[in-house]
Amino acid sequence: MTPTSSTSVEPVEPSLPGEPEGPVDLADERLQRGEGLAGALTDFRQRLAGGDLGNVPVILGIIAIAVIFYLEDPTFLSSSNLVNITLSAVPYGIISLGVVVVLLLGEIDLSVGSISGLAASVAAVLYVEQGRSLVLALVIGAGIGIAIGLLYGFIFTRVGVPSFVITLAGLLAFQGLQLQVLGDNGTINIPRDSGLAEFCRTKFLGDTFSYVLVVVIAGAYGATRLLLIRNRRAAGLSAPSTSLVVLKTAAILGGLGYLTYYLNIGRGWGYSVVFFSGLVLLMDIVFRRTRWGRHLVAVGGNVEAARRAGIKVDRMYVSAFALTGFFAALGGLMFMGKLTSVSQASGSRDVNLTAIAAAVIGGTSLFGGRGSAYSSMLGVIVLVAITSGLNRIGVDSSVRYIVTGAVLLLAVSIDSLARRTRATRGRG
Amino acid sequence: MTIDELPSPAAAADGTGPVLQMEGISKHFGSVQALTDVDFHVDAGEVVALVGDNGAGKSTLAKVLAGVHPPDAGTIRVSGKTVKFPTPSSAQAAGIATVFQDLALCDNLDVVANLFLGREETSLRVIDEVDMERQAWSLLKQLSAKIPSVRIPMAGLSGGQRQTVAIARSLVGKPRVVMLDEPTAALGVAQTAEVLNLIERLRDDGLAVVLITHNMADVQAVADRVVVLRLGRNSVELAIADATAENLVAAITGAADNVVTARAARRATVKEQA
Repeated sequence: MTPTSSTSVEPVEPSLPGEPEGPVDLADERLQRGEGLAGALTDFRQRLAGGDLGNVPVILGIIAIAVIFYLEDPTFLSSSNLVNITLSAVPYGIISLGVVVVLLLGEIDLSVGSISGLAASVAAVLYVEQGRSLVLALVIGAGIGIAIGLLYGFIFTRVGVPSFVITLAGLLAFQGLQLQVLGDNGTINIPRDSGLAEFCRTKFLGDTFSYVLVVVIAGAYGATRLLLIRNRRAAGLSAPSTSLVVLKTAAILGGLGYLTYYLNIGRGWGYSVVFFSGLVLLMDIVFRRTRWGRHLVAVGGNVEAARRAGIKVDRMYVSAFALTGFFAALGGLMFMGKLTSVSQASGSRDVNLTAIAAAVIGGTSLFGGRGSAYSSMLGVIVLVAITSGLNRIGVDSSVRYIVTGAVLLLAVSIDSLARRTRATRGRG
Repeated sequence: MTIDELPSPAAAADGTGPVLQMEGISKHFGSVQALTDVDFHVDAGEVVALVGDNGAGKSTLAKVLAGVHPPDAGTIRVSGKTVKFPTPSSAQAAGIATVFQDLALCDNLDVVANLFLGREETSLRVIDEVDMERQAWSLLKQLSAKIPSVRIPMAGLSGGQRQTVAIARSLVGKPRVVMLDEPTAALGVAQTAEVLNLIERLRDDGLAVVLITHNMADVQAVADRVVVLRLGRNSVELAIADATAENLVAAITGAADNVVTARAARRATVKEQA
């Protein structure tokens, strides 16, 4: 999103004689930067060489996974399987989005799985066993996640226990609470015709609507970028070239359009998938373009600097843990809808590790202050695609754990190596 | 808020007398009396060097002024108005900006984000990056600061550039007094000169500058007045013309008869004999 007010932008003073003409931010002769398309490509290459890898490794990973499993079993890339992968990815992805929040802050929440299981259990008991309304059950379920996060934040800021320990304790305690809530029954089934189950399983965008949405997304992207170019030019700053924006918009239109066409051969975009994508987009804006997000990243980078800049650091910790708890609970509720049941195994280690690993595999640093909302989406696609592929070629779940572990180690190794490169190339 | 213009001398000196005046400041930590009845003042458009040996109370006085430690006794006046600094943000609000020795920058954020950290400009609750970047360039230009790009992370800048950003950041809140704690301690020859130029520019823009340092060359290069603390008390106050190296050393160590002069005398006699 681009700032819409251009009223505060005034023309800069004319450059002094003898100074190079042009945008003020490109005036320094030491700055090596090209213009236009070629310049953008050079910039990108230099960023990679400097260790600022961003989402590049995970996108290469997704391509590699697609090729490998396609060679083993061509139906892996069939429309119906891709639709299944997107639907399965949603609950993990939402939990992982919460993990990104605490990781940006430089902390960790190991209990997201337990929170998701407890929230789903409470919602299921309220909705199925006590016959309360679905909305009430969902609100209370999500509220439990927020309450647990607030508790973590309080213990972290007031008592000073490391988040690793607090959430490890939470992992055990809330799993125990989940068993108590479920009682002797052990498993609660959710009606398949309930709103939640339909939202997560059987509701899909219609053909026409999905294409309209693709055009709207590409159009919104292009419009905000063009507005940014206009604002930057008006402020006397350098701006990306218009042709690059047009090219990128066309790429989004084409890429997303083709993906939509391909998924529409099967069932198409599930409601829950669109919901998750919307959350990722929203959190991306929150992280990059709001004061709260900026302060979150600042605390993750240097707590003391953030404190001296007047940021209320304690409030950042408490709100971040609460948001993580909320996303964990929301993910648990989506699991409940997707699987149409809650059991004692809901939210157990598989969920926990997948959600945390997805955030890291997607490119969010374990060391704090570096990452993006998209990493949860990309990372979760990697892990769910691996699971789906291994299931298709019929290997044991033991192999799946080994592969997931190896992928996680690989991702963290890339992160650590990139960090070292950044240190030597001066990219933070 | 906009930072296109640095505070003018007229605006900085709106009160009568010094911009900042501290009288009878005392502070103890347990049984240690760190400051006893210390007086200190600085005028607009003046650079005052605060010097002293280790343990003389420089840092304690700086922390009192930055709002890190409230004093036990004494009054602080800003532009003639009595103020209290219970927290760092209250000192900032009163127009006292501090550049700490460790700079307190976020290496993972870019220059613009660091300059405006905690004071981000927003329009419709979204951070206005374009306007912040424009103001950042405007500010850096006024300081004649040499930063190649404001969109690279702090980690990519040299020590002098980081110091420049830290000083520039202290100006975003339109302070009247800028206090610099050992600004040249970690810098090379050329970078030190750049920071000293920057300090002179702040003075010329009508700000009151407090320079805390161990470096006598820096004191003689930019200070207008030197305040020497010794064992938590005012020792001597010197106009820069009188602040020769010998005088300063004598004031810092507390006597004309000290290790440094004894050594100089010994060398002189050795030379004579030779």
